[in-house]
Amino acid sequence: MTTTTGPSPSPEAVAEIEQPMRQARLPRWTPWASLAAALVVALLVTAPGGRSLGGVVAITAIAHLVLIGVLSAVREGSRRAKDRIVTALVTIAFGLAMIPLVSVVWTVVGNGLARFDTTFFTWSMRGVVGEGGGALHAIWGTIIVTLIAALISVPVGLLAAVYLVEYGAGSRLAKAITFLVDVMTGIPSIVAGLFVAALFVIVVGPGTKLGIMGSLALAVLMIPTVVRSTEEMLKLVPNDLREAAYALGVPKWRTITKVVLRTSVSGIATGITLAIARVAGETAPLLVTLGITTGTNFNPFDGRMATLPVYAYYQYTQPGVPAEAGVERAWTAALVLIILVMALNLVARLISRLFAPKVGR
Amino acid sequence: MAKLIDVSDLNIYYGDFLAVESVTMTIEPRAVTALIGPSGCGKSTFLRSLNRMHEVIPGARVEGKVVMDGQDLYDKDVDPVSVRQHIGMVFQRPNPFPTMSIYDNVAAGVRLNAKRMSKSDLDDLVESSLRGANLWTEVKDRLGKPGLGLSGGQQQRLCIARAIAIRPSVLLMDEPCSALDPISTLAIEDLIGELKSEYTIVIVTHNMQQAARVSDRTGFFNLAGVGRPGHLVEIDDTSTIFSNPSQKSTEDYISGRFG
Ligand SMILES: Nc1ncnc2c1ncn2[C@@H]1O[C@H](COP(=O)(O)OP(=O)(O)OP(=O)(O)O)[C@@H](O)[C@H]1O
Ligand SMILES: [Mg+2]
Repeated sequence: MTTTTGPSPSPEAVAEIEQPMRQARLPRWTPWASLAAALVVALLVTAPGGRSLGGVVAITAIAHLVLIGVLSAVREGSRRAKDRIVTALVTIAFGLAMIPLVSVVWTVVGNGLARFDTTFFTWSMRGVVGEGGGALHAIWGTIIVTLIAALISVPVGLLAAVYLVEYGAGSRLAKAITFLVDVMTGIPSIVAGLFVAALFVIVVGPGTKLGIMGSLALAVLMIPTVVRSTEEMLKLVPNDLREAAYALGVPKWRTITKVVLRTSVSGIATGITLAIARVAGETAPLLVTLGITTGTNFNPFDGRMATLPVYAYYQYTQPGVPAEAGVERAWTAALVLIILVMALNLVARLISRLFAPKVGR
Repeated sequence: MAKLIDVSDLNIYYGDFLAVESVTMTIEPRAVTALIGPSGCGKSTFLRSLNRMHEVIPGARVEGKVVMDGQDLYDKDVDPVSVRQHIGMVFQRPNPFPTMSIYDNVAAGVRLNAKRMSKSDLDDLVESSLRGANLWTEVKDRLGKPGLGLSGGQQQRLCIARAIAIRPSVLLMDEPCSALDPISTLAIEDLIGELKSEYTIVIVTHNMQQAARVSDRTGFFNLAGVGRPGHLVEIDDTSTIFSNPSQKSTEDYISGRFG
């Protein structure tokens, strides 16, 4: 398979200089076979009595690593063997990372399905002590509180990011804001809740619990993420486009709204949706700011409000009589919350697909 | 429509770094002025200072005068935004707006500035601009398709159409053909030849033949040394510059003896 032209060296010399391009390779199904063999080994090694899932998985992984490495080293040479081993390691790491996720979804779905019925979505907890009851009030509460939090933090975060990228670049104020945003990203969520609670104690009076307080606490948590993700998206907009707009005699603010934001809208919307999904499941800050109720409350400025995470918390810690009913409701609330967050993630993907600049004819 | 531009003693800075030193030249109306010179001598910098695009870069500033129509463009009460509406620009790399269709790209100057214009007037403007850029026949059936779906050469002509759609008096072009194949290059050179009846054109190019082919006047920029500011060596009729320039360095550069 030489492609050299010109004076050709003797065949032996070629063999010496050139690496052979074709090498023996293991068949495609080898990794699967190796995995299966490793599993058999693991089952043989562990005594049927003292078998644990973790033990079997761990032994399978190690046996697979050794097996595929040796097989490949013998047949394909050391470079390929290293490649095989690293591929196996990466796959195993991926599997490890998936374990908690799958296990959480599995447990929540398993336990939550029991009360995933119409009553759950049409009833509140007013007057319910034992069986039955639902989370309608908590679902509404979560939607209202999260929506208001988004309404507060999206404009603030968006404009802050626009300032940081388009106006402040390199200035002292911008650096200070970036630093503060970074610090804020790291504050524990309970601190945000306590901050808002303390603020309202000073302004309104002790013991105040309002829906809007929860929204504010969530907004405090959301703003830094919105700023950060929007900032990254704005930085991705090529400078060429800004210059193209300036060169057409377009003022800066129009360039920002019509070109820069328009170009990056898909990424920004995705970031915002993910930020919403992130705070929708917050429990601690809501626990200290808006408490829990048994009935539906649509007014965030008047009295306590129920939300799904706090509802789940109370159903679990104060389940009532019989206790199983409350615990089941807690699981279902968790399930609804997970579905909500997943739906938001899907929406984010949809948005990014929808707004992405289209290339093609 | 075409206008004469008088540049006198123009110093152009990036922060404290003097990039181009004391340029004095007259840019004739209804003619093509080519700027040539080695890389880094400040051709782009000078070009961008003509329509106040230079100051878009943080810290960038200019000293001296650029007079068009008796008006110093760097006067305190001159709005850079309106300067750019009179002096259009085409960049080295084609940069159509990725979110816009071919039609919207050409209409961008009108739309982004929220100028009122009836649909039929806008249609006419888009058509005449695309015709002006020699692109109409190629795209007239897919005006609604994304501008990024065009070939590189077509994108560059789209950018030219976008620039002339704001009806500028002057058109600045920074190496408009450097990313294009010979055929697209030829199309754009032909286009420049046609446009000069209406516009004052300034074009930066590294291609000596191109300068000789398309321009009426040629200015040669040079660097005294590394880290030294660039300066205008001479500007004259293209035929003079290419046949018997008055400066030795111009002759050396053109004949390829340095650079
Ligand atoms: N944004 C900038 N910030 C600081 N210095 C810059 C900037 N852009 C250009 N310069 C400097 O200004 C000088 C002139 O650059 P310019 O881009 O105008 O050269 P040019 O003649 O267009 O070169 P080329 O032919 O390679 O395009 C160079 O020394 C360059 O390093
Ligand atoms: Mg340049």
